[in-house]
Amino acid sequence: MSAAAVVFYVLAALAVTSAVMVIASRNAIHSAIYLVLSFLSMAGLYVLLEAEFVAVVQVLVYAGGIMVLFLFVIMLVNLRDAQALRIRVHGTLSAAVGILAAGLILYTYSRGRIPPATGPSVLREGGNLQRVGEALLTQALLPFEIASILLLVAMVGAIVLARKPSD
Amino acid sequence: MPVPPTHVLVISLLLFAVGMLGVLTRRNAIIILMSIELMMNAANLNLVAFSRQLDNIVGQVFGVFTIAVAAGEVAVGLAVVLALFRNRDTLQVDDVRILKG
Repeated sequence: MSAAAVVFYVLAALAVTSAVMVIASRNAIHSAIYLVLSFLSMAGLYVLLEAEFVAVVQVLVYAGGIMVLFLFVIMLVNLRDAQALRIRVHGTLSAAVGILAAGLILYTYSRGRIPPATGPSVLREGGNLQRVGEALLTQALLPFEIASILLLVAMVGAIVLARKPSD
Repeated sequence: MPVPPTHVLVISLLLFAVGMLGVLTRRNAIIILMSIELMMNAANLNLVAFSRQLDNIVGQVFGVFTIAVAAGEVAVGLAVVLALFRNRDTLQVDDVRILKG
């Protein structure tokens, strides 16, 4: 096993463990901190998968912007009745369905033969950022512009929803 | 690619399952939003993994779009949470059942 594989599995374990802590911890602030840890581990996974630009955007947008938003809202609202994770299994039926679905998915994964990518990726010619930028401004130009409109609409909608009702 | 693609898929599946468990079991609106973010991240990991696997840059472009959509979704979702708290003084989704028939 190469060093990159070891780092990959360690980061993956960190991401999954902190994701479990997000939904298991009683305090919402703790959940937010574990969410940052999960996002940063995911950024490491993206780097190992040779998607450096996505990793940088992940750190900037998720670990930067979205987390600040979450922390602000947690501090604005008063969480007195925070309660921990409670799993109420309604009979054995839901457990059976869950195990069956997981088994089916894992069976499909083990049957499917996805050949591992061999050799250096052609995606790296000229650098990852340049390749993503070229694709964004040629192939995906229209979705790129639509995404900016979507962000504008989301911004206006958030302001309208969150402002004090003025009479 | 340092690991077989199937392993990346399993990791993504685990993250998605954790997020779905959070949405289904937690009753706090903010934690539910966080769980939705976890699920979006899991989908993103699949996109990036197959981008590397198939040597196709479109997967990474899709990942960038996913992150943009997630940012907008979180902004609107947290505004809804704020409005909910201001009007109903609660964040427990069980207490909000106006639309329940």
